[in-house]
Amino acid sequence: MTDFFKLHFFVPLAAVLGLVVVAYVGVQANLQLLFGVVVPYMAALIFIEGMVYRLIQWTRSPVPFRIPTTAAQNKSLPWIEKNLGEKLDNPETTKHVVGRMALEVLAFRSLFRNTRTELRQDPDHPEGARLIHWSYKWLWLGAIAFHYAFLVVILRHLRFFTEPVPGFVYLLDSVDGFLQFFVPVVYLSGLVLLVAAGYLLLRRILRPELRYISLAADYFPLFLILSIAITGILMRYFYKVDIVAVKDLALGLATFKPKVVAGIGVIFYIHLFLVCVLFAYFPFSKLMHAPGVFLSPTRNLACNSRWVRHVNPWNYPVKFHSYAEYEDKFREAMIEADIPVEKES
Amino acid sequence: MKLADLLSQKKATILERWLHLLLDSYPSETSGFFKKEKDPFNNPLAFRLSQGLQGVYEALLQDTARERILASLDDVISIKALENFSPSQAVAFIFLLKPVIREELATELKEAQLSEECLEVESRIDGLALLCFEVYMKRREKLYELRINEVKNQVSGLMRRTGLTLVTPQQ
Amino acid sequence: MAKAKVTVPTPAEILPGISYKTPEKGWMDVKPDFRPGTYCNPANPKWLEWIGYPYPRAWHVTDEDWHLPSDWKETILQGMEDRLSRFRSLKLFFDICVRCGACADKCHFFLGTGDPKNMPVLRAELMRSVYKRYFKPAGRLLGQLAGARDLTEDVIKEWFFYLYQCTECRRCSLFCPYGIDMAEMTILGRELLSSIGINIEWTLASVAQCYDKGSHIGATPQAMKDMIDFFAEENERVTGIYTPITYNRKGAEILFVAPSGDYFADPGTYTFMGYMLLFTYLGLDYTISTYAGEGGNFGFFMSHEMGKRLNAKIYAEAKRLGVKWIIGGECGHMWRILNQYMDTWNGPADFLEMPVSPITGTKFENAATTRMVHISEFTADLIKHGKLKLDPMRNAHIKLTFHDSCNTSRGMGIFEEPRYIIKNVLPEGHFVDMPPNTIREKTFCCGSGSGFNADEYLETRLRGGLPRANAVRYVHEKYGVNHLGCICAIDRAVLPTLLGYWVPEVEVTGISELVGNALVFDEEIERTTDLRDRDLVGVGEAEEGVEAAEAAEEEE
Ligand code: HEM
Ligand code: SF4
Ligand code: SF4
Repeated sequence: MTDFFKLHFFVPLAAVLGLVVVAYVGVQANLQLLFGVVVPYMAALIFIEGMVYRLIQWTRSPVPFRIPTTAAQNKSLPWIEKNLGEKLDNPETTKHVVGRMALEVLAFRSLFRNTRTELRQDPDHPEGARLIHWSYKWLWLGAIAFHYAFLVVILRHLRFFTEPVPGFVYLLDSVDGFLQFFVPVVYLSGLVLLVAAGYLLLRRILRPELRYISLAADYFPLFLILSIAITGILMRYFYKVDIVAVKDLALGLATFKPKVVAGIGVIFYIHLFLVCVLFAYFPFSKLMHAPGVFLSPTRNLACNSRWVRHVNPWNYPVKFHSYAEYEDKFREAMIEADIPVEKES
Repeated sequence: MKLADLLSQKKATILERWLHLLLDSYPSETSGFFKKEKDPFNNPLAFRLSQGLQGVYEALLQDTARERILASLDDVISIKALENFSPSQAVAFIFLLKPVIREELATELKEAQLSEECLEVESRIDGLALLCFEVYMKRREKLYELRINEVKNQVSGLMRRTGLTLVTPQQ
Repeated sequence: MAKAKVTVPTPAEILPGISYKTPEKGWMDVKPDFRPGTYCNPANPKWLEWIGYPYPRAWHVTDEDWHLPSDWKETILQGMEDRLSRFRSLKLFFDICVRCGACADKCHFFLGTGDPKNMPVLRAELMRSVYKRYFKPAGRLLGQLAGARDLTEDVIKEWFFYLYQCTECRRCSLFCPYGIDMAEMTILGRELLSSIGINIEWTLASVAQCYDKGSHIGATPQAMKDMIDFFAEENERVTGIYTPITYNRKGAEILFVAPSGDYFADPGTYTFMGYMLLFTYLGLDYTISTYAGEGGNFGFFMSHEMGKRLNAKIYAEAKRLGVKWIIGGECGHMWRILNQYMDTWNGPADFLEMPVSPITGTKFENAATTRMVHISEFTADLIKHGKLKLDPMRNAHIKLTFHDSCNTSRGMGIFEEPRYIIKNVLPEGHFVDMPPNTIREKTFCCGSGSGFNADEYLETRLRGGLPRANAVRYVHEKYGVNHLGCICAIDRAVLPTLLGYWVPEVEVTGISELVGNALVFDEEIERTTDLRDRDLVGVGEAEEGVEAAEAAEEEE
């Protein structure tokens, strides 16, 4: 274990545990107003303002060149046809750029590219190996599971913040909770989130090359999300809290009529506090990859720079060796070699 | 049981240990990847090393044509010759086989008769080691030759133009 | 403890890292080890003076003191700030990497050297850590904990080592979920290094020559003409067809621009002979320029600006000569630049016309504003319209696989045209592709792109090229492939070396060379050899060899 790893692993771990303690102590000290109202509003404010700030920061820098990664055949002669996949991997029109981005955001297209080949014994030709081509999708699967579970969990939480609860949330609830034989109903998304985040964490710790590159900024969000998931699950299945009271509090926050509701267990405040930290931390962290991916110039531009001019706002004239200078230097030799010149002498 | 039989029986484990030992000479952040990744195209280095070791091991067990032995040794040494290692580092891999065999067959080797056979195997390894030097020198020469050829190619058009030819010492 | 007593090392002790592990360190504490073969030589100061770039001086990579200018640190930081405000890519790529590691094992330099800092994510982190330290509050406050570190001379050395161990091939960007492109960061990082006078000789010599004389090779106009005229004679000797060419001719319809490698270095020269045969066959009204005699652009390997300065000559010359449009030869980075930068840098090319093939009437709509057409597009169009009489049997001695160059693949997207040509100029069954994860958009780099052709760098180049060569070796062993085709002049210069080390049985060829072999002229002499003076199949003793090869094929 290197000192580098210790620093980057244990400090964030301690930080998250510290946050848990802060919330616990705070609620014991009857600071419900702070943890139930003030902190959530502050977190929301930081989240929104931070996000806007960062987006402005990014968009203030222009995209001088059209540099999309061309992952398939470019537009060419009319008879060179492209199937839909190729059109999305090398988009020529805005429509296809949207398609490419949708695939990236919704299906993590680029992660999906991880193909592997293997030489395996070929049953038909025992002496020769055969090439097997397959896809290595563990990271993709882990990432997809993690993100979709996260999304579902967030959407399900809407039932606390809305009244009446929109229909799709019920729908989501029933699909997510189809494991009806347990009481209370077990939500799959929470478990998937836990397992997938756990996988992403283990991967980082166990694979030496990933451990080498991982920083505190990578462990901290994982610890945070894991603890949010764990406290959530504890709250739901083990240390039950008063759901009606929680909804009261949440609705109050959502309708800007905040109130302190008595009788909610401390575990809830820990959960809420961690969520607030996550939101406040979001704009200043690598979690900004979520909005960032939409701005990525290697993905969000059409590959049309040969037939639509792309303008660089800060393009400036440069000095280059002009033909006149060139001819001045080589005129005699050029004349002797029968190369046409502008001025005969 | 004869040692030769034991060696072919344990071929897979011995080869793997040998390869892993060799891969351990890369930074630990990378050796894990080299050991794990089985795609010959995404992990050409380990693939080539393992092909080479396998060929060398087979040559140890049965008589093999000299060219084939050299080719197998070359699979490994062609990589090692590029790594700015000293010559001794480039050929050390062959000696690593001895401790691997000794450890892998520790119990079996206690039988007196086997340990005699073991000496024989070890002297075959020494023979292979001598061949390693040849292969290593060839590879270093190849590097010089390529350097010269590259410079030659850069002006070869001109050479043809003027009807000159360059001859490198080796040719 | 045993170690202390032993004076003669055991084999395990000789190899690093086996018998004892060096104490493991975080990457910030590991310094690069500059050993011969792992770095390119610094640029000769005179080149910098030629092009007017800063801090010309003599220095050595292995010296402790690189004689950096006294204000080097401010220059770098200011340069970084400036680039952050000019390139959204840089800012974004610095900010959004999640270090998921999807790119880690995609870099050929990582796969070939096993150096963990050759993982693209870590290569980026070398620069990102400085960004965090000076441009991010968290980095300023928390230092290492936030992944930040001070900018020191050691960091500069590390940048030099690893930014010049990236060929700007973009393979990492293909697999990154956010398209983070190390190539883009390498380009900008090298700009920063260049701003404090750190450049490599191979690139700078080429740049200065190209700037001053017209081509990387530094050929004077008369030498260039002499050489190309010689090809016209060579073509006549081999095929009976004299292929004259005009230079700097005003009023020609088309300006042809090729990488200079094609008219000076083997085997690119044969590709050039192929171009000339094709154009003569068509009776094309074209000319080439001795002033804009370079399609390649090593300037791009040191900075965007220098790339632009060299590239500017092409449009300037097209304008002066009054041509209608431009054809570009087979070159990799040249085409990435033409596709991604040329119009933006030096356009609009409104003095040119929409490219239309005078033979087939095809409008090249895909080049509507750059007005520059790739020779493969041009040729494929001709073949499709049945305008070329081809005899594939003249390439029967060639069993080919095709190397997609990084630049034309991931920086342009040209995959089908060359393959279409290949299938038409080779006999059936003489073309096989390499395994799918090593070609097309996933192609492996030659390991020597972006200015690394230098011979002092040979070891690293060969290591970086191993993944490519390994796939070639597979098709060689399995299908008897004996030629590797490519549409890139750097490839034609460096792949012979790479294959000479790893798969010496395979030779390298341009695609237009194959076209030149196969083209049937009405008035040609009977061909007995290909453009390289090698006997054709069915001529002389070559016959037996082929029968044997075919018999072997049938057995398979
Ligand atoms: C547009 C939306 C988003 C996209 C396209 C996206 C995509 C990705 C991808 C492809 C990865 C890399 C694979 C992995 O390591 O799991 C990743 C990592 C991650 N994402 Fe997202 N993401 C999005 C939104 C979010 C949001 C809203 C969060 C909320 C907290 C989040 C949290 C994370 C975390 C913590 C990781 C790192 C996992 C690790 O350390 O291994 N992402 N994301
Ligand atoms: S794939 Fe992209 S996000 Fe993942 S580590 Fe590499 S650069 Fe970072
Ligand atoms: S651009 Fe190519 S060489 Fe550079 S880091 Fe990415 S994969 Fe490696």
